[in-house]
Order: sequence, then C-alpha cells, then structure tokens
Amino acid sequence: MQRMVFQRILIGIVTLWVVSVLVFLMTNALPGDVAQIVLGQSATPESLAAYRAERGLDQPLLFQYFGWLGDMLTGNLGTSKAGGATISSLIAGRLGNTMFLAALVAVISVPLSVALGLLAAMYPGTWIDRALTFGTLALISVPDFFIATFAVLFLAVNLGWLPAIANVAPENTFWEMARGIAMPLIVLVIVVAAQMIRMTRAGILNVMNSPYIEMAILKGVRRKRIILRHAFFNTIGPIVNVIALNLAYLVSGVVIVETIFSYPGLAKLMIDGVQTRDLPLVQACAMIFCGTYVVLIILADVAAILANPRLRNPK
Amino acid sequence: MSELFEIDNLQIQARKEDGTPIPIVKGVSFNVKAGQVVALIGESGSGKSTISMATMAYCRPGLEFPGGEVRLHGKDVLGMDPQDQRGLRGNNVAYLAQSAAATFNPAITIGEQVTEAAVLHGTLTQEEADKRAVALYHALELPDPDRLGRRYPHQVSGGQLQRLMAAMALVSGPDLLVLDEPTTALDVTTQIEVLKAFKKVIQEEGSAAIYVTHDLAVVAQVADHIVVLYSGEIQEQGPTEQIINNPSHAYTKRLMAAVKPTPTAGMGDMVDDKHDRDVPNIEVKNITAGYGGIVNGKPAITVLRDIDVKIRNSHVVGVIGESGCGKSTLARVMAGLLPAAKGEVILDGKKLEADLKHRSKDELQKVQFVYQMADTALNPRQLIGDILGRPIEFYRGLKGKQRREEVASLLRMVELPVEFESRYPSELSGGQKQRVNLARALAARPEIMLCDEVTSALDSIVSSNVIKLLQKLRDQTGVSFVFISHDLSTVGSFADEIVVLYAGRVVEQGPVDEVLAPPYHPYTRLLISSVPELRVGWLEDTMQKREMAVGIARGVEITDQGCPFYNRCPIVIDGVCDVEVPATMEPHKDHFISCHRSMEDIQEAEAAPQQILHGFEKAAPDEKKAV
Repeated sequence: MQRMVFQRILIGIVTLWVVSVLVFLMTNALPGDVAQIVLGQSATPESLAAYRAERGLDQPLLFQYFGWLGDMLTGNLGTSKAGGATISSLIAGRLGNTMFLAALVAVISVPLSVALGLLAAMYPGTWIDRALTFGTLALISVPDFFIATFAVLFLAVNLGWLPAIANVAPENTFWEMARGIAMPLIVLVIVVAAQMIRMTRAGILNVMNSPYIEMAILKGVRRKRIILRHAFFNTIGPIVNVIALNLAYLVSGVVIVETIFSYPGLAKLMIDGVQTRDLPLVQACAMIFCGTYVVLIILADVAAILANPRLRNPK
Repeated sequence: MSELFEIDNLQIQARKEDGTPIPIVKGVSFNVKAGQVVALIGESGSGKSTISMATMAYCRPGLEFPGGEVRLHGKDVLGMDPQDQRGLRGNNVAYLAQSAAATFNPAITIGEQVTEAAVLHGTLTQEEADKRAVALYHALELPDPDRLGRRYPHQVSGGQLQRLMAAMALVSGPDLLVLDEPTTALDVTTQIEVLKAFKKVIQEEGSAAIYVTHDLAVVAQVADHIVVLYSGEIQEQGPTEQIINNPSHAYTKRLMAAVKPTPTAGMGDMVDDKHDRDVPNIEVKNITAGYGGIVNGKPAITVLRDIDVKIRNSHVVGVIGESGCGKSTLARVMAGLLPAAKGEVILDGKKLEADLKHRSKDELQKVQFVYQMADTALNPRQLIGDILGRPIEFYRGLKGKQRREEVASLLRMVELPVEFESRYPSELSGGQKQRVNLARALAARPEIMLCDEVTSALDSIVSSNVIKLLQKLRDQTGVSFVFISHDLSTVGSFADEIVVLYAGRVVEQGPVDEVLAPPYHPYTRLLISSVPELRVGWLEDTMQKREMAVGIARGVEITDQGCPFYNRCPIVIDGVCDVEVPATMEPHKDHFISCHRSMEDIQEAEAAPQQILHGFEKAAPDEKKAV
C-alpha cells in the first residue's frame, strides 16, 4: 500500500514537471513582446536589447526554462514584468482570498451534497429524489455565469439583499466579509454541489444492486443502515474523486464567477496578467492551479486506497 | 399443533411492460417440520431460488406475490407489515446465498457481518454475539477462530467464506435456515468439507432447513425430504429415500439421468487416431510461468513449474485440479495472455512467441479462448450478430452478406435460432449465452479452443447439453480442445486425455481410461472419491476414511521443493516427499505418474482396506500419517 501511495506521488511530480514545460512553452508562444510593452512604442532598439539582456530574455529558450524552473522551485517567482512588484506579493493576497472562498465553499458544499446524495439514494423514486435529480441536472446544464448573473439580478438588483460586487479588504469586519462574499459563495456552492450530489446518488445506487446488499436486506438490516454502513463505504473511491475535481475547480476554474463579482481572487489576477502580457505572473498562476489539481487528485487517490480494505489489509 | 413452516399455494409473478402478469411460481405448497431438511430441486429457471426467498417475504425487484400464504409458526408472513417482516429476516429465518464471495461486503470485517443480524434484532448484545460467533467458527472447523472476526472477506478462502456464511446465518439461532445452492460454485473437495460442516451444525443447532440445489447427489447427502420443481410447479415430493431410489415422475427421472456419474475408466470417448498427424497440434514444453516480475527466468510468484503437455489434432485434453492449481494459468500461457518465464509454446511444429502481442494474426486466429462466465465475456450492449460478426470480419475478412450468412451458419452450428442475431445477450438464458460464447470462438475457425470451466456455472441438464454440443463441434470441425474443469465427471465423459494439475505441477497425465483406472496418483484418487454419489449416506462413509479426512482438511499450497501434495497425501514418506521432487513413472505407454512411491506401493495402498476413523477430528494435521 505504501508503494501505491508513493507511486501516486511520483506520478504527481512527473505530471507537474510536464505541465511546467507546457506552461513555459505556451506562454512563450503567446504573441507580443514584454520589452516592447514595458518600454512602449518609443523605445530604441538599444534600450530594448538592454532590457532583454537584463531579464535574460535573449538567452536560448532551454536556458530560460531551467532558470525559470529553478526560480520556481526556490520560491522566487520573480518580479512582475508589467508593474515591477514581486509576483509573490501580488499572488499572496489573491491566493489568500481564493483559498478563503474555496475553503468556505468546500466546508458548506461537501457535507451538504454527500448528505443530499445519500438522501436521494435512500428514497429512490420518491418526490425528494425526483426533485434532487431534476434540480441538479438543471443546474449542471446551466453555465455558471448564467447562475451568477441571475443571482446578481435577483438578490442584488431586485431584492437588494446583497451587494452585487464582492468587495473584500483586510480591514473588513467578519460580518462585512461574510456579506461581501455571500454572493459568489452561493453561486459556487450551487455549481459544485450539483455534480457531487448526483455522483453520490449514482455511486450508492450502483452498489445497491450487489449481492451483499441483498444479503443485508435478507438479514433484516434497516435501509438507512444498509446505505450508511454497507453501501457508502464501497462508494468512497468515486465520490472523493468527484469532490477533488470540484475543489480543484474552486481554485482555478472560477474565473468567470470571480470576474462577474469582481472578487479579487487568483483567477482574476491571472486574467489581468494575460491582458498586460505579464508572462511570469501568468506562469506562476498556471503552476499554482496545476499544482492544486495534482495535489487534490493525489489526495483523492490516497483516500480511495485507504478506503479499500483489500489495499489496506493485504492477505 | 401446526407445522413449523408451511408454504400454501404460493404464487409469484412478474409483469410485462404492458402490465400483463407472467407467472413465475404457480401455486406451490409444502411444509417443513422442526429439525427437518427439505430440498428444493430443479434446473435454473424452475423458481427454486425465488421460492426460497419468499420464506422471508422477500422477492427481487420486479416480482410480486399475488396470492398464497407463507406461514411461520402458523402466522402468514406475506401479509405482515414491512417492519415485522424485517424483524423476521436474519432472526427467525436466515439465508445462505450461493456465492459467499459476492455476498460478503468487502468493506466490513467478517466479525461485524456475522454478528450484525443478531445485534440489530436485539437477540444478543455485541459481546454475546461475538462469543457465539467464535463458538460457531469452532464448530465449523474454521482456522484461527479467535481472530477470524477481525479479518476482511478477501483475507480468507472461498470455502472458508462459505462456512462463515453459515455462521452468519446461525448466529441468531434461527428457526429456519434457507440455503441457496451453497456448494455449487465450489471444488469437489471443498464441497465435501462445506457439506460436512453444514450437516453437523444443522444437527447440533436443531434448526429446520430448506436446501436449494440442482444437484441430486448433494441432496441425497443432506435432505430428509425432497421437493422437485419444474417451471414454478411441484412435480413430485416425498422422503429422500423414496425420491432417490424410486422416482415416479418423468422429470425426476430426467434429473437423475443428468447426475454426473462417478468418474471411471471407459466412461468417455476412446482415443481415436483417425485425425492424427505427425506433429501435435499444440504443445507446451517445459513451461514455468507465474505472476510478478521475472528475475533469472523465475517469476516473483511461480504458479506453473516445468509443464509438458501435448494436444494432438482433434483431441480433447481435460485439465483438472482444484482452484489454485494453475489450470487457468496454463490456458493463459497457451493463449499468450500470460507470457511464460521459461519454456516454449509450439503450434503445428512452429514455436510461438510467448506474448500474444508479438504473435501474427494467423497464429492468433488458430488459438481461441472461451471464458467461464458468458455473462461477463459477452458485451451486453452488442447484438449477438455483432459479437459473432466481429471475429468473422477481423480474421477472415468477410463483410456484408457473406458475414451475415456466416453468423447464421454459426448460430445453426451451436443449435440456436438464426433470429438470435438481432438479440442482446441479456435476452438469452445462461445456456444460450454459453453457446454464443462458444460460437464467438468458433467464428475465427480456430484449430484449438481453450475452454476455461465453460460448464461450471451451468446446471447439470444444461451442462450435459453443452458437452454434447462440444462433441458435435469437434467431430464437425476437427478442432482440438483444452477443456479446463474442476469437475472430473464432465472431463471424464468428454476428454480423450487428462492432465491432473496439482499446485502448478503435472502429477498424472495420460489417456482417460488409464487416468481414471487404478493405479491412481494419490491426488487423482482424492479427486475421484470426492465426487458425490447419488446414494444416501455416502458423505458419512467417505468422511470416515482417514485419507479423505487428511486430504479434505488441507488446501492447495504451492511449494518450492518436494512434492506439493505431501501434506495431504495418505502415503507420504516423511523426509522424502517434502524435500525431493518426485520422479515420473510410466506404468503404461503415454501414462505418467509423478510419485516417490513405486507403482506396487500405490497399488497396495489402494487395495488395503480403509482405516475407519471415529469422528473426523482425530485427523489432526500433524499426526503421523499411516500408510
């Protein structure tokens, strides 16, 4: 089992490395020249060359890559090519915001959706189940920006309960913070919960056809206990994987939601970076997103391994 | 005073899509007295499992009870409210399913699953239940009873799980036990062990039982009363002695005829030389194979050791042995699914690549594999026509009309209607699916078919029909078969030659009539005498023989040195058999036996009267074994 966990981590590291190559090559393939953007139209060829030499932009690509990779590994993310501030300082605040929002969404949505999924599986075919399956299917089919826009229209414009813009600042009180992020929080919980609810329900119902569930029925076990004790433990693998994918989405995939609510998160920072051709910033953000994915997927795999008694207790 | 348990005019039905009822069980009535074992016997589809579950007022989704009564202590359970029905299950009536491996929840410890029913119903506290479970483990002769409860189902063997299921059913002291084909999926040796344990526990606990099976020979050992079912109706019922010795209904006689005979010489086809060529069809030479990485020509886990088998053209070679002996591994090596660590596979005199990835399409076409479970081998989303058409197109390049004609002729060959080409596997019965499975392999026009336990999951009547079909196919197409089975009777009736595998080694090999006649290798003898006979009292007689007791008590262990059978052998020579690899003798031409004993010693041991034991327990594993 330890070997399997170790293998997963190794694969994760390899994946990250491949991703770093791709990120580096792709950001380099983007049109536009940083020196040109920074120094403006009036820059002389000499000053452009000097700027490139200073930043190592005249080196061969391979050298640039290893230099960049080394910097990344030592935590030196460089300075923003557009503003001159260090990238770490730019990211730090935004990452905090993103993590704060993601953690809150996770804390609310994961227990909520597993509970609702179990509820739907416990009473299949009843109105609870139908409402949940229909509702989640509808929510999965609707794009997240639509839900976000609708929430703004309804909760901010029509009812005026919540601010349309998620303004957070360090000096806010907790209550102000909570009110500020309520809107993106609601939208994100709705978006990620739908998938997790469906997966939990489907996973449980799939296991419910197994002979050992029939045996439990024939032993006179209550349906509630059958689902919670007999079925749920055999469904953990697929469920944690969906949870991991959804949590990764919370960190990296929320660009649209962050943009709509002007929430100062990491994804929005990356978009700004792309607009200003700030390649180091874009690269750093991309690596953080990929890293989050890889770490969460590894965690999900390890959780699935730990949940499997065959792997936990070899013969 | 009413009977313990009565089924009165029970009806069970399914419904078509338009709501018209399809009767499944059509008015069945029988009684079970306290302490009595009643057998429900019939082929698959006779409704016997459905009836057995109705004892707990349970039916599978899609079925319903339109009429009749099921009374426990005179009270109708079908009319109870669901809470009370739940209170019965696992408490007053307990159920043992066919496949223990699928019936145990893989994620929960054995102890919790065994004690769950008693604790949930409030019959016992967790502590009492644990104590009772350990006592039952002892009674069922399970290894390491005190710590067994903390293990997970995958950590014990199939035969042990089957007995654990008995513990699970008995823990709350039910009035009625329902056993649904509890030994059908087991090896003959394991079957005896499980039957013996069941019988002993049922007697000790004094509970009544309903025993569902298609195997009359098994029924003869355990039941007091037999109910013969066909198509949801009772054909005949009566005391065991009467039904076995004096059946009156035609269907019962048909079931009796399908009982597998005790394997004896002369029961099968004679080796005939009419298709013989100089070169064997397929041959494995000096094969060593196993799983895990290969270091110095030795795999991490060696399963097969130094195997030499020749299959002549149009011949059927039966491979027998208990599970874990390497039968399927041998077929996988031939097919190239598992490259051998050492040795050669030779097809028509030409060496084959070990790995099927490197074999040519032509070579692949000649060797086809037929899997045990047609259910899992056939793609449920493909029409039968596509399942058969694909290999026809792939190997033989036939398309369109030609392909369709070929599919039709294959279906005719396996005696299925041509219309089946537009059906899905789920619309077919088990026997029909197995025919499609065979046709799929035949579609490639192979020279060799590797049949891995193809009849093991079928009941006796269907399985004997499949064997007849295989014989016909061999005569028509001249294909050779490697027929893997743990069922010696089936192999004996169909094969020309038999290879007896034990723990990855060939212990005996030769023409059927030689292998099934004395002198036997001690392992062959154990297998033959483990096949249940259609005779009341056979189980007791057999278990009193000392050599059976020793042979049954131990399982297959793969060893690196010596003869692997030494710890189960009645004529073991201590200090020799467990150290040195036995030499191979050839008592007759082409008949090989690997043993340290001389042929004379073996014959003498066979002729000697069996020492009778009083009670099985005396055959303690480390006792000195007498000859």
